[in-house]
Parts: sequence; C-alpha cells; structure tokens
Amino acid sequence: MINSSLKSLSTALQAKTISSVELTQEYLNRIHQFNPTINAYITLDEAKTLAQAQAADARIAAGSADALTGIPFAQKDIFCAKGWVTTCGSKMLANFVAPYDADVISQFDAAGAVNLGKTNMDEFAMGSSNETSFFGGVKNPWDFSRVPGGSSGGSAAAVAARLCAAATGTDTGGSIRQPASLCGFTGLKPTYGLVSRYGMIAFASSLDQAGPMAKSAEDCALMMNVMAGFDERDSTSVNHPKEDYSRDLKQSLKGLKIGLPREYFAEGLDTSVAKVIEAAIEQYKKLGAEIIDISLPNTSLSIPVYYVLAPAEASSNLSRYDGVRFGHRAAQYDDLMDMYMKSRAEGFGAEVKRRILIGTYVLSAGYYDAYYLKAQQIRRLIAQDFTDAFKKCDVIMGPAAPSTAFKIGEKTDDPVAMYLQDIYTISTNLAGLPGMSIPAGFVMSEDGKDLPAGLQIIGNYFDEARMLNVAHQYQQVTDWHMKMPVMPEGKQ
Amino acid sequence: MALTQADIKRIAHLARIEVNDQEADETITKLTGILGLIEQMQAIDTNDITPMSHSQDAVQRLRPDVVTKTNLREAFQKNAPLLGNGSNEQAIANGLYLVPKVIE
Repeated sequence: MINSSLKSLSTALQAKTISSVELTQEYLNRIHQFNPTINAYITLDEAKTLAQAQAADARIAAGSADALTGIPFAQKDIFCAKGWVTTCGSKMLANFVAPYDADVISQFDAAGAVNLGKTNMDEFAMGSSNETSFFGGVKNPWDFSRVPGGSSGGSAAAVAARLCAAATGTDTGGSIRQPASLCGFTGLKPTYGLVSRYGMIAFASSLDQAGPMAKSAEDCALMMNVMAGFDERDSTSVNHPKEDYSRDLKQSLKGLKIGLPREYFAEGLDTSVAKVIEAAIEQYKKLGAEIIDISLPNTSLSIPVYYVLAPAEASSNLSRYDGVRFGHRAAQYDDLMDMYMKSRAEGFGAEVKRRILIGTYVLSAGYYDAYYLKAQQIRRLIAQDFTDAFKKCDVIMGPAAPSTAFKIGEKTDDPVAMYLQDIYTISTNLAGLPGMSIPAGFVMSEDGKDLPAGLQIIGNYFDEARMLNVAHQYQQVTDWHMKMPVMPEGKQ
Repeated sequence: MALTQADIKRIAHLARIEVNDQEADETITKLTGILGLIEQMQAIDTNDITPMSHSQDAVQRLRPDVVTKTNLREAFQKNAPLLGNGSNEQAIANGLYLVPKVIE
C-alpha cells in the first residue's frame, strides 16, 4: 500500500479492502521503524491519530466519505493543530500547544483525513537543509549522509520514505520545491493567497504559501481540492472561485508552449542536473510541446531582494515572541527589558537571529529607502519579467534546485552558499506565481548513490490546473515519481 | 560595508536579542556576507518604479465592524510561560499575564 496513489487508497478504503485504522497503523509502524533515524516527525500522538482513523472508518461505513477520508497525512509543524504541540522547529515554541486549528488543518479534518503527526522543519521555516531545526536535522531517505532540503525537510523525508501517504508544506522562497527536488517527489507551491495562511505560523507574510507534497501530480490535485479556498480570517486570502484541480489532468500537451529561461541554465547549475532537465524537456517535446527560448533577466537579483524583504517581514512577525504570553521565557532576568532580551536570545537559534538582525537593520532609521523600498521596486521588475515571459509561453520550465542533495554540515557555516540553493525558486515567491517540482531523474553521487533531481514547472497566476496537467502527462510516460529509496532497515 | 561590534550590538538591542561580545564578533562576518549579497541591488536603476508590496497588488480587504472572535482567554493562558526567577508557577494571575514591574 505504501506506494499507492491517494486515489487508489481512497478506492481501497471505500471498498473496505483496508480500513483507515489498518492503513494508519501500517504508516505508524513504518514511522516507528524509520523515524528514529530519519527524524522526519517532531511530534506523534497515536491516540489522536487512531481516533481520527476510527472516525474515518465510521464515516466510510456511513457512506459519507470524501476523496481523502481515512487517508493518513503528515502535517508540517508550522500549522497550528488544536491540542497538538506546535513548535515551528523552534525552542521558542517547544511547549506550545496550539489552542486552535490552522485553516489547512480544518480543511483536512473536514475531509476526514487522518493526521499522522507534525513534521520537522527549519526553525520558523528559515533554512534550505532542515539543519536549523531545534529538534535536530532530518536525513535524506536516498542517502542518510545528506540533507533533505528545507525548510519543509521533515515532510519531504516523510513523503520520500513513505512514512505518510502525503504531506503538507509551506514555501516562502522554495521550501516545498527545493526539498521536492532533493527528495524526489511532487510538490506544489500555489499562487500566493490561494491557500489560507490562517494558523500557519508567519515567517514572511507577503511570500508565505502552503501547498501539497505528494508522490504525484494527481495526488497534489486531490490535496489542492481540499486545501485551496477563500478564508476571510487571512487578510491576503484571494477570493478565487473553488476549482477542481483534477479536471484537466488528462488533457493532451500538443501545442503546449514551454518557456526555458536562459538564466536558469547558466553558471551555477550542476551539469549533471542540467542533463536531467534537458532529458525531461526532450520528453515534453515527444508529448507534443513546443520549446520557446525566454529570458528572466532579473533572476540573479531575486536572492538579494528576498534577503531584504523576507528578513524585514520576519523581524516584524517574530517580534511577538517576547516571553510574555506564550513561548519561551528566560529562567532568570532582572527587569522587563532584560526578560525580552534573554528570552529571545535563548529561544531563537542562530539562523533565526541572523535574519531578525538583517531585517531590523534594513528597516532601521536611515536605511529604509536604500534597502526595503529598493527591494520592493526590484520585486516589481522580477514580477514584470514573468508577465513578459507568459506572453510567449504557457508554462516555464527549469531546474528546481542547482544541485542534488548536499552533505549534512556542508553549507552550515556559509549562509550565502545556503541561500543560493533557492536561486530558481525565490523569484516565483516574489512574483506570487505558482511553481512545482516533479521528479525528473537521478544523478549518481561521488559516493555511488542515486540522488533525485526535480524539474520545476512555473505557471501563470491561478494556472495550477494546467501545471498539474503538464506534470501528470509527464508522469504517465515516466516512472521517476514511483521510485522509492532503498533504506537501511532501521529500528525493528 | 563593514559592520563593527558596536553596530551588531545596536541592531541586536533594537531587535531585543541579547548578544555578548563574542557572539557579536562571530556575527560580523556572516552578516557582512549577507549585506554584501544585498548590495548587488544598488547597481539597478529603480527610478520611477512603484514598489511592490503584494504580488497581485491587492488592497486590504475591509470587513463589517462586528464581533467575530470568541473569548478564549483560558485556553490561551494555558500556554503562558513559567514566571522564572526561581518560580515554577505560570506567569498569570486573575486572568492577567505577569511581567516585571515597569511603573513605580
């Protein structure tokens, strides 16, 4: 069952060839076996999980099941889930029990889905390797000496290692797509505003967006049907009509115009990853697509712009962690100021502190115009590049990450090298466009392991159904997305 | 641009994060590297370009001025931190949060 699609799991559940409790237990058994090594989950609560599975079985028996009823999902620990410890990967929230549900969690609950647990992540989603988590790093299931990517590294490893049927993630600068590339599965960051941010712990609010992380485009489409929707509790939620994201999966790709941005194949892209992407493009030509040369001239500026805007927004969002009403408070302090200073010094990790400092600096008196305003102006240039490109093509393709998974510890001392991991993903967040990464092949590492590489598909605003169609058609003629890592046995 | 230990301490104070001299020194190199990356923006002419704060240039949605939230004080106060300074009690009393005295 562990490699089955959501659709076939749903069919099996509704035909009662397996119960939700049995299916959930199978995943829990795998979690017991592999999680002590991989560290994909921060929090498990089997009593809650199994109660949801029992409720799902009752719902199936009553004949009122939906498409995802009874299917076990992993939830990134950035989503508040009522009664669950919700840490956001930080010591600051290590004891925080969410008093309410994020909209994403409510939607999965309403669909009758089962929550298997809360997955590991870079602290406050700041990172590209999951190494900034207070709860320890996560191992890439394809090679335990490598990172899974980040920030949604726990969800990524859980999907790749089949420790869940699928998972949720969030993507502020590439945190769904880069780990999808490094762990070999299908991940979608929707158009900004399509999935509610309510109850999703804020990092950079003008960029944060939740999305599905799953084996296939078809699975992602089913999850999008549950996750997307207007929510008045999120001030930037887009009032977009409900869609069936599966509706176009079977469309032919004849005549599809694929734009290849020159800048995504320039210096900085690993040559073996480039070969994987080129082979995928060849496959698309066979499916009837037309390839168009395009340019996104401001791509290289997306990283500097992002590292002004995201830390600026983060420094504001994270000012709420002051040790007063929730979160970590220092054990010893003199006065109120000292309590703030010590609680934040102890509660935040090094990368989060760095970003708060950068954000505070660029917003400080005398620097606002030179940094924040300038970055917002260049942000418009970056978005305009895409608007111009989409006049010539239907979707844009390129790599999702510049290399395959790197070694644990390789980039931890060099923040700038780590930031460059997101060179191909960040500009779509700045523009607010949807982007996805799908498995496109493998690259043999220097120590002889097969490591996955992902093809990125960028669509125009609200064009998720077409992107999923483009991905699904590729997945009908390839089987990269069905490959599973062969893992050491783990704890029996 | 070169940051000094004093710069780091000033920024950290604005951000309400305590840093000692050693941490400030360790931070200088990394922050200088990041600011060097950010400096690439200055080469671009952005005259007459309207800043973009939202990807779809949406404006703030208004809502009717009605009560939408229920009182969840007790539920929220379950997450109150421990008082600290030797006390293992939660930093709450009579529905309020306890902090060090700021007004004499």
